[in-house]
Amino acid sequence: MALELYMDLLSAPCRAVYIFSKKHDISFNFQFVDLLKGHHHSKEYIDINPLRKLPSLKDGKFVLTESVSILSYLCRKYSAPLHWYPPDLHTRARVEEFMAWQHTAFQLPMKRIVWLKLMIPKITGEEVSAEKIDHAVAEVKNSLKLFEEYFLQDKMFITGDQISLADLVAVVEIMQPMAANYNAFLNSSKLAEWRKRVELSIGSGLFMEAHSRLMQLADWDFSTLDPVVKENISELLKKSK
Amino acid sequence: MGLELYLDLLSQPCRAIYIFAKKNGIPFELRTVDLIKGQHLSDAFSQVNPLKKVPALKDGDFTLSESVAILLYLTHKYKVPDHWYPQDLQARARVDEYLAWQHTTLRRSCLRALWHKVMFPVFLGEPVSPQTLAATLAELDVNVQLLEDKFLQNKAFLAGPHISLADLVAITELMHPVGAGCQVFKGRPKLAAWRNRMEAAVGEDLFQEAHEIILKAKDFPPADPTTKQKLMPRVLAMIQ
Repeated sequence: MALELYMDLLSAPCRAVYIFSKKHDISFNFQFVDLLKGHHHSKEYIDINPLRKLPSLKDGKFVLTESVSILSYLCRKYSAPLHWYPPDLHTRARVEEFMAWQHTAFQLPMKRIVWLKLMIPKITGEEVSAEKIDHAVAEVKNSLKLFEEYFLQDKMFITGDQISLADLVAVVEIMQPMAANYNAFLNSSKLAEWRKRVELSIGSGLFMEAHSRLMQLADWDFSTLDPVVKENISELLKKSK
Repeated sequence: MGLELYLDLLSQPCRAIYIFAKKNGIPFELRTVDLIKGQHLSDAFSQVNPLKKVPALKDGDFTLSESVAILLYLTHKYKVPDHWYPQDLQARARVDEYLAWQHTTLRRSCLRALWHKVMFPVFLGEPVSPQTLAATLAELDVNVQLLEDKFLQNKAFLAGPHISLADLVAITELMHPVGAGCQVFKGRPKLAAWRNRMEAAVGEDLFQEAHEIILKAKDFPPADPTTKQKLMPRVLAMIQ
């Protein structure tokens, strides 16, 4: 039975899992769960992951959620080269430190930019206040500053001379606001150069392929958005007001 | 200098590390960083952790932040019993899964419950609207239910038949709203039974010791205006 990966490449954690799997020639079935069509709310998908989130992995009867956990699982099961998740006590700790930090410090603010600048206006027809957007941008800038000063510093990659899971997870998250035409790499040449190195390590073709759906999101016809998804989003927006 | 752990037992992740280190007989110097006095914002502490958060670890020249990373570091360095972080591929993945999930869900809900119910009104003298509190407690309810339905299910512990890092992180998180007077175990016999198993597995004395401070959170004296001003921006950012 082949490995099943349930993903939509609009999601940063899905891109990390996709890139890692392709890069290591891991054989898998790409189970496309279309977020824009609300497929994550389908009965079929809820059976796989009742939390209705992506990505999910299914290996025979074993189902696993959470991209950080999936990446570690794939690393171990398929014996990826050690630099991805180094065995050295200190180096490994640096990877784990970033992977823990990024949930709140990266993922949330990066997603928020896409919601405020693209998704909400497209779905509701109303622009979000400049104040809210400025606040979100300031948060992203602060996180990127911490990323550069604490995690990357003057190294080639987060752990030193070689790419690891931490760089992969970081780059796909920082790419997320591109969907809303916000290029976070313009903030610093250090960040831009690191991104180039990560892209080359992964392979530019694979990197571009993984990000193509995200980059086309702004051109998507939002009038075809699944009504359940639209309803859920409107509910969320009402709650957050 | 040996291992130093910079902790304040007011903090959920600090409690998990404290219990783990004590339970496994890991020798360490406890460096208390008093959060309500704003000691985490001092220049001295930023030498240990420039991110200005607890917990932090210092092992010789090596410093480390993020409780999950610290727990894993201690696990690998001190070769603790396997059940804490199993070698088995799938069992380990289950622990990793919980440790990843909790950051933006249960952890966040527990933090907001404590701050909205107790810390803002009592310690900071800032009223919290009934709607805000109700929304926070509703979200907490959802996440506690997910803990029971998706992670615990009918198992003895979150990742299987034995206690692991996942359970330690979860129980210390739940004690936050308990400290705020929320009855998270009421009407949840499975979770209550798990809590009892946890306390027995960790050791009652150690469990009580680690939770002494949080259980007195309602009795904290109000912050003086200077401290309040110092703490407010980061508190607001933290509970977002």
